[in-house]
Amino acid sequence: METIKYIFKRILQTIPLLIMVSLISFFIIRLSPVDPLAELKLNPSISPVTVEKERQRLGLDKPIIVQYGKWALSFVKGDLGVTSNGEKVSQKLKERIPNTLLLTTIVIFLTWLVGVPLGIIAAVHWKTNFDRILTVLTSIGMAIPSFFFAVLLLMFAVKTGWFPIGGLTSPNFADMSFGNKVLDIAYHLILPVFVLFTISLAGLQRQMRANMLDVLDSDYVKFARAKGLPEWMVIYKHALRNAVNPMITLLGFEFAGLLSGAALTEYVFQYPGLGRLILEAVLKSDINLVMASLMMGAIMLVLGNLIADILLIITDPRIRVKSS
Amino acid sequence: MIKEVFQQLWKDKFARISLIVLAVIYAVLFFADFIAPYTKDFSDRTMAYVPPSKIFTIDKDGKLSKPYTYNYVREFDNDNLEIKYTLDRSKKHYIKFFSQGQPYKFLGLIPMKRHLFTTDKDGRIFLLGTDINGRDVFSRLLFGGRISMTIGFLALLVLFPIGLLYGGISGYFGGKVDSIMMRFAEAIMSIPSFYLLIILASILPSGMTSTQRFLLIVIILALIGWAGFARVVRGMVLSIKNQEYVQAARSIGASRMRIITKHILPQTTSFVIVAMTLSVPSYILSESGLSFLGLGIQQPDASWGNMLKEAQEFTNILYRPWLLTPGFLIFVSVLAFNVIGDTIRDILDPQSKTR
Repeated sequence: METIKYIFKRILQTIPLLIMVSLISFFIIRLSPVDPLAELKLNPSISPVTVEKERQRLGLDKPIIVQYGKWALSFVKGDLGVTSNGEKVSQKLKERIPNTLLLTTIVIFLTWLVGVPLGIIAAVHWKTNFDRILTVLTSIGMAIPSFFFAVLLLMFAVKTGWFPIGGLTSPNFADMSFGNKVLDIAYHLILPVFVLFTISLAGLQRQMRANMLDVLDSDYVKFARAKGLPEWMVIYKHALRNAVNPMITLLGFEFAGLLSGAALTEYVFQYPGLGRLILEAVLKSDINLVMASLMMGAIMLVLGNLIADILLIITDPRIRVKSS
Repeated sequence: MIKEVFQQLWKDKFARISLIVLAVIYAVLFFADFIAPYTKDFSDRTMAYVPPSKIFTIDKDGKLSKPYTYNYVREFDNDNLEIKYTLDRSKKHYIKFFSQGQPYKFLGLIPMKRHLFTTDKDGRIFLLGTDINGRDVFSRLLFGGRISMTIGFLALLVLFPIGLLYGGISGYFGGKVDSIMMRFAEAIMSIPSFYLLIILASILPSGMTSTQRFLLIVIILALIGWAGFARVVRGMVLSIKNQEYVQAARSIGASRMRIITKHILPQTTSFVIVAMTLSVPSYILSESGLSFLGLGIQQPDASWGNMLKEAQEFTNILYRPWLLTPGFLIFVSVLAFNVIGDTIRDILDPQSKTR
């Protein structure tokens, strides 16, 4: 019961946060000297009626606070306006967000699967050659600019022809059976996932190693050893449980970092994700689309943090005690 | 204290190598005008995408000779429909050291003509080939490095005072001030930083001079990073503010701003140093990413990021690999900064064992 109450409180806290985010983004975008309807007006396939409707909806003739109010109201209702091509923004987002989520969740899953064990091994074999080599490798992984790495991999893909050159699906995707569709997407995901995986693995492995080293130094681990417990039990039963908790907080940060890192990777690989969408929108100064995707990015980030916090409440009883 | 840190850095093998690498890079960038054979804007339109010049020290007769190079000539291959560059072996162009070449202003001030190396008037020496406009990649690498390698430091110089003061005020005042200020910082942190970065960069008006654009990008980079830094400072201030010497300062009637800036913030120095060295690379990466997308430093100015923009085309990656050199330089300098940052952290905070 306590837990549920705490989780509920934590969920409520995100609402003012999101309102603040929307205010900040709204004012930043309105600072720009671009006429939000310029692109729409220039497009001959869009009727003046639609443009007028947009003007009404955005309240462009009214003061900026009213504009914000109007925007916020229609955002909550789910009406995000139209892009400069006249498509529905919500439709566009619906196509792109799952792709970004797919990419980031796979990357998070893989980095945890590999990074956490590597961190543990490095900590247990502290200052051995294995540990040193890992440190060098992670340093290298952290230093490669994601877009440059992506470009190099593309070069590799073009030269060998082993991997598809960008995109998420093959041209004949629509004709494939379900199983082949899944395989096709997986095949296209390999390179982008590999780029993001390499870059985020380094940070995770180092954090895990540091946590584990801290824990291995603590009194209760020394006590467990003194008691004569076998080493694997000391590590996996006593040390690991305590070392993993701070990692869960990191999950939220990792998600945030991935959203940002994914934007450049998506761009290079022509991957149809949210990052590339916002980039294209920015380059075309498509205000509705920029605003909506910025908000979506923020909502995803806040939700990511929320999930991490809730996981932490479940795994770490100390937090529950502190809050009540 | 800085001297001690430096001595310990020097003792560490990797940190020493990194320090030397960075020192060499910065020295070369400082003397870029002199070392580069061409100026930043020099372009030879007939020489687009020329491969790196070949330098010979042994001539046709097998004798040792002064280093010389041949020019490339452009030919159109009608069978394969492609432009080919072949060496024009009819005329040798000797490489001259410390001789007169294109006029330039050293550091933008002192007019000079001497270059470290150059060749005769109709000869061309392109150590790393040329780009689409026939500009020397090697020279632009040096001028671009000046921007890429300083922009991070400048952003930090803007960001740290803001973060320190913001975190200091928020932590020291506490209560409502604290919660409002921190909610605002959290809101900034809730926007994926790269999204915020490209949006801020895109609302910059066009038609600015390159200096204005450079400074605005510095400010944008600073706007992205201050919130996270301010939060950590606030946490530290919270733990410092109840110490006895702060209470003493309060009891003799020091003003709140004085207590924050003179008594509390100096205590965070070692953290600030670590945070600074650790975050330089991320700003180098952000700038290059931004310029790579065409939203950062604009042509004709060079930066490592916008030079890599050309690597977005498949033909360039496959047939003109010399265009990728800025990427390797970014990698090397970021790696060096990371190693130094890690070592400094170990020195200042012996308890953390991240290395």
